[in-house]
Amino acid sequence: MAGVAALVSKVVGNYRNDKNMLIQILLDLQGGLGWLPQEALAEVSRQLRVPVTRVYQVASYYKAFSFAPKGRHSVTVCLGTACQVRGAPRLLDRTQDMLKLAPGETSPDMRFSLSTVNCLGCCALGPVMVVDGKYHSNPSTSELQHIVESAQ
Amino acid sequence: MKDDMGDTITLKIDGREVTARPGMTVLEAAREAGIEIPALCHHRKTRPYGACRICSVEAEKNGKTKIVASCGYPAEPGLVVRTRSPRIDRIRRAIIELVAPQANTDGDLGGDLKKLADEYGADIHRFEARLQAKSHRCTLCGLCVRYCDEVVGAHAIGFVGRGIDRRVVFFPEKASKVCANCLGCFKICPTGKIGAESDGTYFGFTVDDFLAGRL
Amino acid sequence: MPTRLSSPEQLESLRKDILSRRDSKRPIITVCAGTGCQTYGAGDVYQDIVQEVKKQGLETKLEVKATGCHGFCEKGVVVVILPEEICYVKVTAADVPELVGAAAKKILVERLLYVDPTTGQRIAREPDIPFYRNQTRIVFGHNKRIDPKNIEDYIALGGYAALGKALSQMSPEQVLAEVKKADLRGRGGGGFPAGKKWEETRNAPGDIKYVIVNCDEGDPGAYMDRSLTEGNPHAVLEGLLIGAYAIGAREGFIYVRQEYPLACENLNVAIKQAQEYGFLGDNILGSGFGFTVKVHRGAGAFVSGESSALMSAIEGKVGEPRMKYVHTAVSGIKDRPSNLNNVETWATVPLIIDKGADWFRSIGTAGSKGTKIFSLVGKVNNTGLVEIPMGMTLREIIYGIGGGIIKGKRFKGVQTGGPSGGILPEQCLDAPVDFDELAKLGSMMGSGGMVVMDEETCMVDVARYFVNFLCEESCGKCIPCREGLRVLRQILTDICEGRGKPEDIGVIREIAEVMADASLCALGTTAANPVLTTLRYFGNEYEAHIKDKRCPARSCKSLTSYYIDPQKCSACLICRRNCPTGAVNGDKGIVHWIDQEKCSKCGVCFEVCPDRFSAVVRISGEPVPPPPAPGTKVVRKHEG
Repeated sequence: MAGVAALVSKVVGNYRNDKNMLIQILLDLQGGLGWLPQEALAEVSRQLRVPVTRVYQVASYYKAFSFAPKGRHSVTVCLGTACQVRGAPRLLDRTQDMLKLAPGETSPDMRFSLSTVNCLGCCALGPVMVVDGKYHSNPSTSELQHIVESAQ
Repeated sequence: MKDDMGDTITLKIDGREVTARPGMTVLEAAREAGIEIPALCHHRKTRPYGACRICSVEAEKNGKTKIVASCGYPAEPGLVVRTRSPRIDRIRRAIIELVAPQANTDGDLGGDLKKLADEYGADIHRFEARLQAKSHRCTLCGLCVRYCDEVVGAHAIGFVGRGIDRRVVFFPEKASKVCANCLGCFKICPTGKIGAESDGTYFGFTVDDFLAGRL
Repeated sequence: MPTRLSSPEQLESLRKDILSRRDSKRPIITVCAGTGCQTYGAGDVYQDIVQEVKKQGLETKLEVKATGCHGFCEKGVVVVILPEEICYVKVTAADVPELVGAAAKKILVERLLYVDPTTGQRIAREPDIPFYRNQTRIVFGHNKRIDPKNIEDYIALGGYAALGKALSQMSPEQVLAEVKKADLRGRGGGGFPAGKKWEETRNAPGDIKYVIVNCDEGDPGAYMDRSLTEGNPHAVLEGLLIGAYAIGAREGFIYVRQEYPLACENLNVAIKQAQEYGFLGDNILGSGFGFTVKVHRGAGAFVSGESSALMSAIEGKVGEPRMKYVHTAVSGIKDRPSNLNNVETWATVPLIIDKGADWFRSIGTAGSKGTKIFSLVGKVNNTGLVEIPMGMTLREIIYGIGGGIIKGKRFKGVQTGGPSGGILPEQCLDAPVDFDELAKLGSMMGSGGMVVMDEETCMVDVARYFVNFLCEESCGKCIPCREGLRVLRQILTDICEGRGKPEDIGVIREIAEVMADASLCALGTTAANPVLTTLRYFGNEYEAHIKDKRCPARSCKSLTSYYIDPQKCSACLICRRNCPTGAVNGDKGIVHWIDQEKCSKCGVCFEVCPDRFSAVVRISGEPVPPPPAPGTKVVRKHEG
């Protein structure tokens, strides 16, 4: 598709086709597209002139990259040590039960993607859950219900 | 400190005086002197990788001993190396026991892995029951990937994933064009996985398999 | 439009000029806008204050500044009125009009002041609050005076004067000698002498050398580097420049983890402004020394914070470690000499050049000079970022600054060093915090995470947590780490879920030894530390899990049941309403009871049951009493 090739060309151009910037280029593409379609990866390999093996090695190594489209709403539970000690596993359990998703999964209707993260650096609020960039400190069951119902 | 003979380095390996040239690793110096140090992920045509750790040896300098991977550790003047000891033997035995659940073919090890298991008295079934894991027939030594990258220059096979999800996969778009005439990685693979699961035109484990969660 | 400064004298003139343009008596309302306070709504508070100042016509009387993290994260949003340093805590948008009015009149809003829990007294000035008073904030203290997006705030405080001094009055060798003399040890976890590393890089063959800032801060629970980089990026840049000059590097990289977008943003703004003012580029301050720096974002891998892995990532390759028998100081990025240091290490350098190595050595202990910033988090009252002189004891930090354990519970342990460290018990509370003392006890300083744990934390579960973390973060290259962590994780999970066997301890020790001896990098060699220290200090908990299938902390789900004491339950319905699985039975006036088949052990009932009833108890290692007869009415207590 012309769109993907053009976007890759723009991003690669922003970094002056510098091979050392492969990770930065993939980060920009992930940010722009929301995921890394195989077509984009093939284009990166072609335009940047790095072997496709290396592009996939890097893309599959890092947690920031996704090979499938993400849900419309991102739900992230922090599992950093401080949150862990303040009950994060139980918060994750409740969230998993409610969304019917395991971390890393996206709901079939594409509404939610659930993930975990290690330390957001707001340990005083622990345990923390972030929904679409909004932080929630130890949300109650009814708060969770409200979040799920109000997300389209 | 270089010794009087100009550029050669003198070190001791298993009590023997061994000479090495600058830039040589302890493994290379040992092998040249006829002292065998086992290694699973080493290939003379590729850069040292340090993945299997089987080549670990005791290296003593200034009275202090540390465990190093001889395939990467530079030969140094005055270094005292022990290639076998109770500590080293425990390490090699444990490495075989730890990798066996992932590397076995129908519960058995073959080739060099089997030789090491026998020599060091490894119980290759030790962790099977506890892990309930399915063997991938792969030690992730990377010989195939590195041979393809550094020696052949084809980049048809590569690493994907991380940690216990790390895998070796073929990239069919490239592999279907170059592998049939090469098969270099087939001979190198210590578990025989590559030859058993591909034939140069058909590839049993590809990047698409990995992305689909089949590996 | 700023002109590029062409000498240290011009910089000094500019500083005086900035100060003269600023009325030192005019109050400045500083709002902490670090990521932590942002989650409390600092963004809105700041905007509202700006609007309110306009609304009340006070633009000429009051200045408003959004700064980096102040460190008192438990009390966010923190607002400090300068120059008196009046400290308001837990400020919300509703407080803004009163706050602004009071600031203009130079009176206090009493209800927003910090209350000392032991004396009940309100404390007005930040330096008088015990949390701050007991710290030594030489590196972190400037945050409250600096808007990270305004380089002139940094210059006004004397920023870049150390760089000017180094470039115009000292040779690179003299700068190196001063840093060596100061005995500055790396703040990222390794504690390696920075001066020694700089020297090795300087002396390594090759004209092209690199300096690198490691802001990959991956230890879960540590966020000091983030707050330093967000709040005072110029301090990091200045330190990097001084180091580059000493080492002979003309190019630098700042590697920032992807989870820190604000740090990236503020760094990029700082770099742009530093370029405009002439602190980056060619002929810096007329010295002939030139330097450029680039920001590299990480992409979500803990192991990429390991120095050789980080350098690999900067080359656009996968960020996995390699054998480092040849130091990266000699062969790093593109096989060239590369000096990597942590954010806090670099930020300390300008202070050493400015005030001298002797001054730096006057702080700290014999083996560990200077201060260290810790993220004091977990079950402690005053959660936040604290900077202490090396040698202060754990007790002084946790109780004197941290205010002790929340909800009056019992201290059980304090975890330092992240996944490479250990948990120290009560008997170690009087240990001085320094590199060597903590190592002697089996733990390590690490990057600065200090997680306080209480009687409700299961130590076996903590070990399992760290092993699980590392198992997921291992690059997977070498067998001892990849497969060792896989087996350790399985064993610890088995123990936590009631399937532990006595021989498991021996197997753990054996695998730990092989990992420590033979792993490729420090992730693997230190991975077993949390397990080994918990075995050392909390071995009784392992025994209870294995022999009695009991979790002393009553935390492990498989070994713990929730039960409502019918004598204490007052049938208030709160737990019933909050139970996510509908496991609570009962009604108004009818004693509640938990259907153990439906219970998912989420613990919500335990959390929401009002303190005055405390009817929900956790049982481990004993059978759960049967539920009361159906329709049992509540037993009302005779006391009120």
